[in-house]
This record gives sequence, C-alpha cells and structure tokens, in this order.
Amino acid sequence: MAITEFYDEMREDGGLVRPHYADVSRWLDDMSTERMARKRAEANALFHRFGITFAVYGEDSGTERLIPFDIIPRIITAGEWLTLEAGLRQRVMALNAFIRDIYHERSILKEGRIPEQDVLGNAQYRKEMVGVQVVHDVYAHIAGVDIVRAGEGEFYVLEDNLRVPSGVSYMLEDRRMMMRLFPELFANNRVAPVDHYPNLLLDTMRSVAPAGQDNPSVVVMTPGAYNSAYFEHAFLAQQMGVELVEGQDLFVRDEIVYMRTTQGPKRVDVIYRRIDDDFLDPLAFRQDSMLGVPGLLQAYRAGKVTLANAVGGGLADDKSIYPYVPEMIRFYLGEEPILNNVPTYRCSDPKQLSHVLANLPELVVKEVHGAGGYGMLVGPTASKDEIAAFRERLTVNPEKYIAQPTLSLSACPTYVESGVAPRHIDLRPFVLSGKDVRMVPGGLTRVALREGSLVVNSSQGGGTKDTWVLEA
Amino acid sequence: MLSRTADHLFWMARYMERAENTARMLDVGYRMSLMPQTEAEVEQNWVGLLRIMSLEEQYRATCGAVDGDKVIRFMIFDPENPSSIRNCLRAARENAHSVRDTLTAELWETTNATWIKVRALTPEILADRGVSEFFEWVKYRSHLSRGVTIGTMLQDDSWRFIRLGTFLERADNTARILDVKYQVLVSEDGGEAADYYRWSALLHSVSAFEVYRKAYRDLISPVKVADLLILNQDMPRSLARCMREVYANLQVVANDRSGETLRRAGELEASLRFGRIDHLLDQGLHSFLDQFMDRIYDLGNRISDDFLISLRAG
Repeated sequence: MAITEFYDEMREDGGLVRPHYADVSRWLDDMSTERMARKRAEANALFHRFGITFAVYGEDSGTERLIPFDIIPRIITAGEWLTLEAGLRQRVMALNAFIRDIYHERSILKEGRIPEQDVLGNAQYRKEMVGVQVVHDVYAHIAGVDIVRAGEGEFYVLEDNLRVPSGVSYMLEDRRMMMRLFPELFANNRVAPVDHYPNLLLDTMRSVAPAGQDNPSVVVMTPGAYNSAYFEHAFLAQQMGVELVEGQDLFVRDEIVYMRTTQGPKRVDVIYRRIDDDFLDPLAFRQDSMLGVPGLLQAYRAGKVTLANAVGGGLADDKSIYPYVPEMIRFYLGEEPILNNVPTYRCSDPKQLSHVLANLPELVVKEVHGAGGYGMLVGPTASKDEIAAFRERLTVNPEKYIAQPTLSLSACPTYVESGVAPRHIDLRPFVLSGKDVRMVPGGLTRVALREGSLVVNSSQGGGTKDTWVLEA
Repeated sequence: MLSRTADHLFWMARYMERAENTARMLDVGYRMSLMPQTEAEVEQNWVGLLRIMSLEEQYRATCGAVDGDKVIRFMIFDPENPSSIRNCLRAARENAHSVRDTLTAELWETTNATWIKVRALTPEILADRGVSEFFEWVKYRSHLSRGVTIGTMLQDDSWRFIRLGTFLERADNTARILDVKYQVLVSEDGGEAADYYRWSALLHSVSAFEVYRKAYRDLISPVKVADLLILNQDMPRSLARCMREVYANLQVVANDRSGETLRRAGELEASLRFGRIDHLLDQGLHSFLDQFMDRIYDLGNRISDDFLISLRAG
C-alpha cells in the first residue's frame, strides 16, 4: 500500500498551480525533455568534478557516490518561513535550556515533567558534564532540525539533530548549481540568499570562545578523509578560512589545546568538531579511539577550549526524549510550541507497545538511537515479511524502539525516469546558537526519489533539491 | 600552517612531478626503441630506464624478461609499483583530498579530474590511443596542475611547501635521467646520426631540445648537455635551478629547528651556482650525480623532520 493522499507543494487539489510556484511551473512547461536531461547531466558532471560526494558505510572503503541533485526547486513562502523560523528558534532555545538544566539544577526532573529514568539512564547522558559551565549556556551550537509538512501550514518536527548534523554543504552547493544552470530563474524570483551561512557559522563559533580570548582561533575537527561527510568538513573549513584538523594535529599541555604547525604549537580556542563524543578523548571516553586528543575533555571542563557542539548534548535529540520537547518549551519559555511534534509511542511502555504491535501496518517504527534511516520500518510501504520481522524485534527488545503514525509527507515535482512527478520531501534547516540564535532562510530539502517512498536519507537513495524562501 | 597539511601538500606536488617525469622517461625510452638497432640494444635501453627508477629488481620479480611493452605497462599500471603513473596520480589525488580545504577549487578539481581519467584507463584503451598520446596527456595534466597552482593559490606557506615538493622531486628526477642516459650514451658509438638522435631524445625528454639550441647555438655535445641540465640557472629543469628554488622556499618557511637543513641546501645550491662543468666531469659525472641524489634524499628527510612530522609538544 502506498501513500496516495498527500499535500502537493506546487498544485492545489483542483490542479491549480499555487501562486508562489507560478514562474517555476511556466519554466517547467517551457523546458524540453532534452534540455532537462542535458542540464541534469551537466549538474552530475560538475558535482563529480568538484568531488562533492559522500562515502557510503559498508561499501569498499573510499567508495564515493554523488547525492542525486534534482533540478526542480522546492519553494517556501515568506509567510511560511516566518512561522518556521520562529518555531525553530523557540525549539532550539528550549533544547539548550533543557541540556543546561539537566547538567545543573535538574528542575524539570524535580518538578516531575519528565521521568528521571529516561534522562539520567540515557546512553547519551554524560556524567562528566555535570556542573560544567559552557559559554553563553549554549550546548547545541549547530542544530539540524528535520521538518515535514503534512498539510497547509501544518509542519511537524521529526527529529532534532544536535550532535553533528550534516548536509549544510549540499544546501550551499545546490544553490550554486542552480544559479549556474538556470540563472534566469533567479532573475524572475526573489529568492532569499543563503551563501552567508559560513560567515554566520564563523561568527557563532567566535562568539562562544573562552573568556579573555580576544582574537580566538577556530578549527574544524574531522575524523579524516574517509569519513562519509569529509567533503562537508573540508568545505566548511575552507569557506570559513580556518584550519581543518584531525585528532593527531592537536595536543593538550597544561589544559591548553594546541595544534602542531610548521612554526611550532599554536593555541586553539574553539573546536567545531565533526566527531562523536565517544571518540573525542581516549583518556575520558573510548580508549581505542585513534581519532581523538588525549586530555581534551579536561581542557574543556576547565573552560580553556570550547567544543561545538558541547559534550553530552546528544541527550536532547534522542528519540526517547523527543516526545517531551513540547513540554520543555512550556517549562523553560512559558510558550506554546509553534511547530508540531509527531505523536510518539514509546515501546518500552507495555500498553503503548501492545497498541504498536496491533497497528504495525499503519505506523513508522524507528530505533531509539538510530540515525540515517537505517533500521526503520515504514508500515504502509513494507512487505508482510518485513512487518513480521519487526514484530519479532519489537517483542524481544521493545525498549530499543519508538513508533509514530505515518505522516503523509508533502510532495514536490521532481525530475525522475518517467518525467516530472511528485516525490515526498522533508526540510532540514540549520539553526546556529551562540551569543544569538541565527539561521539562513531555508535549509536542505531532501527528496525520496522512489515513487511512494517516505525515506529521504541520502544513504537510502534520497536526493536533494535547492530550497527557496521567497522574499515578501 | 598545520604540519600534516604541509606534509600532504609537499607529497601532492612530489607525486604529480614524479608522474610527469615518469611519463617523460617512458616517452624517450619508447622513442629510442623505435630507432634501428639490435635487440640487445633495445633491451639495454629499457633496463637502463628501470635502473633510473631503481625498479629493475621489482620488475624482474613480477614481469620476468625485459620487454618494451611490459615495461611500459609496469610503469603505467602496476599496482605494486609505487612509481607507476597510475599510483603517482592516485597518491597526488589522495594527498590533495586530505587537504582540499587548503587548495583552491581549481587546483582540487584539476587533480581530481586527472585521477578520475586515469582511473578509467585500461591497457586496451591505451593500446587504442597510443602510448605517446598518453604520455603527452600526463605531461599536460602536470603542466595544468602547476599552472593552476601558480595562477590561483595564495603564495603563502602552503604554496611554498608545494614548490619545495615540486623542485626537490624534479632535481632528483633530472639527476636520474642524466645519470643513466649519460653513461649509456658516452659508452656507445653508434655513428654520427644515431648519436644525434640519442642525444636529442635525451634533451626532448626534459623539454630541453630547443632550449639547448638557443642557449648554445652549437652542435649537440655531451659536455654541453651536461652543462645545461646541471648548471644552467635559466633552465627550469636543471639541478642548479631546482636547488635555487628549494633553497629560496626553505629560507621563507624556516623555523627554529630548520637551520641545519637550510645550511645544507644552501651549500648544495652554491656548489651548483659556482660550479664548473669541467671540474664535475673530472670528478666523474656518475659519482657527482650519485652524491647529488644522496644529498637530495637527505634534504627530503630533513624537511620531513623539521616541518612535516607532527612536532611534539615542547
């Protein structure tokens, strides 16, 4: 069974083109199949030459693939963006307040708004962070919040990615590609620019430097050239004009972090790290980590270096904590949530589990700690065997799963084998928190290229689109 | 700049330069093999080439008897041969990939595109296109990389480590070409015409044929060829010129532990700047080149120790 009812981004129910898509629709109608195919081939060749690729886990090391780029843009109106921006700001502020609270007073637990066990027993909870002061109380400096649209003005947050969210380089490269391939579109539409993202990011990083460092030195830390997101790490370092370091390039002496340069040691103040907590410091976390820096955590706890994102922030983007985010917004900000949360069944609860088991064909089941679209079941599009397999897994390890009703994701016209056809999309805006909360208009739109599919992850055959926010 | 970054840039440049010089040597070997001569001479020609690269033993172990086609394949494709053109271009690209944030978009794209092309190359395609065209292509890709480097990179320390890699590698390669070819050429007496072609092939292999004519306005003589490739300051592939570049770049990147390295580079550079070809030939060209290559090898190690291997704390 496929999802047949969905919100079409371009057309109203009667088939009428929505006003903000009018120009793009005409442009699509005027374009011959040959030109479209030629432009797509041109885009692919350019992405290859630029080496804008990602490595796929589980395949031969060094295997690099292109993320398919779709040439039809996804458009968001100025009004919609106002709502989204306000909702994102609110949500990320509440999440940061929550993380701070958990590592300090724990008032939200004391008042019984969230069960203590779900927080303190969580695998992402880091006892090393208790009582540690971080600059401006910011933990999630870079958040990539996954949002889907179910209907007119109806936006749901699927996930708050607060650890090392990726994809922003595709947002920027997709825009560059569109402007290169179809400059005429930008002459006819007032598309809000996104190119200043690296500037905002650098500014955000500098704003959270340890006190007293007037001209802070910022670095991007990568696990190395074979990481799946290496392209993005190199891209961001280059665009910000800062060093791209690996663990072996850094060392700690007397709680100060230095990088090894051809002119001797140079102090480092802010590390935008694209490496998980577990691998940061072999003295504190995984001892077998070859990627980390011995003594880094101690320097961090002493306030001599800033890590972005903070250690232990993954606590708040865990799927088991997700259901409580609206409560956090009410508790810390005294506001009603602007963006919706998807109703979520926690399978660790026997009553909720039995409801889930009884309704598997209608539900989406996800691993609590999973990411990247791996290990998930989309009930309505799954085969009988797949459903049976998940029933088995849920019964054996219920605490590892959550379930949600299947949202009918909105769809956007997409250039596929059969021509132009609607395909389901999501949106990942990137929210920067430092001294202030800032973001560029839009984000990364991911598209599920298989007909009827709701899985947009690039590791699962998803593509990307340029995302436009039209200026009012 | 980061020591690791400097290391990758240095080796990126060395491997690109090595790919170019391998193509040059193979091209001249191939051209010489087309001239009328005995089978033994043809074989000697290829053996000489393998010796330049210190690869004779490895070649014999994997490929057996020395044969032109097999040597060319070994030097272009062999996965176990660290100096094969394919491996050099792959290593250049891998090093570039590790520091692509330091490279301009143009330089990265050039290096990446070269690798993508050569990765797709098979012996069948090569046979179809002809090896000379391929060698020409490799040279031009190297020219392009160098041109893009000069035309787009900020001329800071990253640029200097690239230049250091280029000229150190080139100094070594020019010395190797000269060492092997010179011995073969002066010991053989193939008659005037054959001599002319052999010496001119050697000059062609380092793009020095027209340069020679212009610099000396004279018939091709072994002494002048040696003079051009060793001592001529204006010849971009001569040992003297390469060392001048190495020394100049080392001076700028100097740190508090590189004094001895700089001194040794300067000493070598001065000996070439003020050297005389008749003195070198009296000493024996082979022994001079042998010592030169040892000193280049020593400089490479010292540059690694002083700048590239992650400096320890304190």
